Amino acid sequence: MKVSMTVNGQQHTDDVEPRLLLAHYLRDVLGLKATNIGCDTTSCGACTVIVDGLSVKSCTVLAAQADGSQVTTLEGLAGPDGELHPMQKAFREEHGLQCGFCTPGMVMAAIGVLADNPDPSDREVREGLEGNLCRCTGYHNIVRAVRSAAQAGPAAGQVPQDQEVAR
Amino acid sequence: MIPGAFEYVRPGTVEEAVAALVEHGDDAKLIAGGHSLLPLMKLRLAMPAVLVDISRIPDLSYVRVEGDEVAIGAGTRHFELEKDDVARAEVPILPYAASQVGDPQVRHRGTLGGTVAHSDPASDLPTALLALGGSVVVQGPGGRRSIPMTEFWLGFYETALAEDEVVVEVRVPRTGSAGWAYEKFTRRANDWPIVAVAAVEGRVALANMAGAVVRATATEEALARGASIAEAAGLADEGTSPSSDMHADPEYRRHLARLLTRRALEKASGAGAAAA
Ligand SMILES: Cc1cc2nc3c(=O)[nH]c(=O)nc-3n(C[C@H](O)[C@H](O)[C@H](O)COP(=O)(O)OP(=O)(O)OC[C@H]3O[C@@H](n4cnc5c(N)ncnc54)[C@H](O)[C@@H]3O)c2cc1C
Ligand code: FES
Ligand code: FES
Repeated sequence: MKVSMTVNGQQHTDDVEPRLLLAHYLRDVLGLKATNIGCDTTSCGACTVIVDGLSVKSCTVLAAQADGSQVTTLEGLAGPDGELHPMQKAFREEHGLQCGFCTPGMVMAAIGVLADNPDPSDREVREGLEGNLCRCTGYHNIVRAVRSAAQAGPAAGQVPQDQEVAR
Repeated sequence: MIPGAFEYVRPGTVEEAVAALVEHGDDAKLIAGGHSLLPLMKLRLAMPAVLVDISRIPDLSYVRVEGDEVAIGAGTRHFELEKDDVARAEVPILPYAASQVGDPQVRHRGTLGGTVAHSDPASDLPTALLALGGSVVVQGPGGRRSIPMTEFWLGFYETALAEDEVVVEVRVPRTGSAGWAYEKFTRRANDWPIVAVAAVEGRVALANMAGAVVRATATEEALARGASIAEAAGLADEGTSPSSDMHADPEYRRHLARLLTRRALEKASGAGAAAA
C-alpha cells in the first residue's frame, strides 16, 4: 500500500507492506536511524517520535496508521545551520546522557512534557517521562536537563516543523 | 518483532467498518489505538488476515452531557478523556482513571473503545466504568443496541460484543460532586494494576481479581445494609478468583483488594474526595 507523510518537514511517499511499523519505516525506508528500537514491546520509549503533535512509541504504530501525518524525529530538531534545539542543548549541558541509547526517545518525550507543562517540577518531569527507560539510570541529570530546557522558553516544548505539540 | 501479513482497510464510517467485519468474518479485526492489538500481533498471538482501522472515522471522539448521562465516543483517546473539562466536572473518576493508564505515549494512542472491547481484567478504565454503571452502545449490521455495563465484560478478552459489532459509545450516569476514589496498586511506574479498586456512590469494582473486571458485590450489599467501611471492605474479595503471576499470588491479591477497598471507601466518603 502507499503511505504519504511529512517527516521532519519533508514529504515522503512510499509503497510499503501494511504490517510495516513506523519505527522500521523511519529507520529502514527513510534511513533515519536516530530513532532507536530498544525493547520492541512498548515499554522503553527509545523509539519515541512526535506524530501530529503527540509523543508516540513508533514500535507500536503502523506506518499505515501514520499515513497523512506530520512526523518529527530527533533528526528534525536541529536548525539547518546545525543549531541544536533547546532540549538537545540542555541534555548536552546537563550531561543528560551516558551511553546515549535512550537519548533520542528521551529528548522527543521531554519536548512533549514541556508542551503540556512549560514549567514542570522534578516530580512532574519524572511522571511525564515514565514511559522512557534509561538503562544507564542517568535519570537525575535527565530531569535536570528538562527543567533547564524549560527555562529556555517555549521553543523547548516545540518542534521546528510547526506542529502544535500537545504532550 | 514483526506482525504477520494482513490486508489493511480504513473505513470512513461505522457502517463501512461493520460491513468489513461482516464480509471478512473471523479473519478480520478492528484496530483503534493499536496499543493492545499490535503488541499481540507482534508476538503473533493475534494474526488477523484483515485489519480494519477505525481510528480515522470522524465524530467518534467526544464527551458530552445528555440528560442524566455523560456520553463518550469510543474513539476518545485516553489523554483526551484525562483532560476533558466536561468529564472532570461530571464523572471525575473517569479522567482520573484515564490518567493512570500506562504512560503519556500510551495515552496518546489508546482509545476508550479499545480498552472496553479488549477486556483485560487489569484495565483501569473498564474498572471505573463498571463502578459507575451505565451502558456500552454498540453498532452491528442490524443497527445499534445498548449493553448494560454489568453484562459487558464476560471474561479474559471476552465481552458481550458480537463479532460484527463495533463499540461506538459509552454512557455513564453523571456523578458530579459525589465522592469517588480510584486506588491502583503497582510496583513500577507506568504499569498495569496488580489490583485496583474503583468506588463511587456505594458501588465498588475491582481490577485483576477475576477473569474480567468485577463488582465487589458482598461489599456493596454490606454497605447497603449499613455496615461500617471496615466491615464492608473486609468482604471485597468474596466471590473473586484472583490469578497468580510474578507480581502477586492470589492470597496477596485478596489482601490488596480488601485494603484498597477500605482506602477507596474512606476517600469516597470523606469530604474533598475528588482531590484524590
Ligand atoms: C506499555 C503499555 C502499558 C499499558 N498500561 C496500561 C495500564 O496501566 N492500564 C490499562 O488499563 N491499560 C494499559 N495499556 C493498554 C491501553 O489502555 C490500550 O490502549 C487499550 O487497552 C486498548 O485500546 P486501543 O485503542 O489501543 O485498542 P486496540 O489495540 O486498537 O484494540 C484492542 C482490541 O479491541 C478491539 N477494538 C478496538 N476498538 C474497538 C471498537 N471501537 N469496537 C469494538 N472492538 C474494538 C480490537 O479489535 C482489539 O481486539 C497499556 C498498553 C501498553 C502498550
Ligand atoms: S522500542 Fe518502542 S518502546 Fe521500546
Ligand atoms: S544513557 Fe544509556 S540508556 Fe540512557
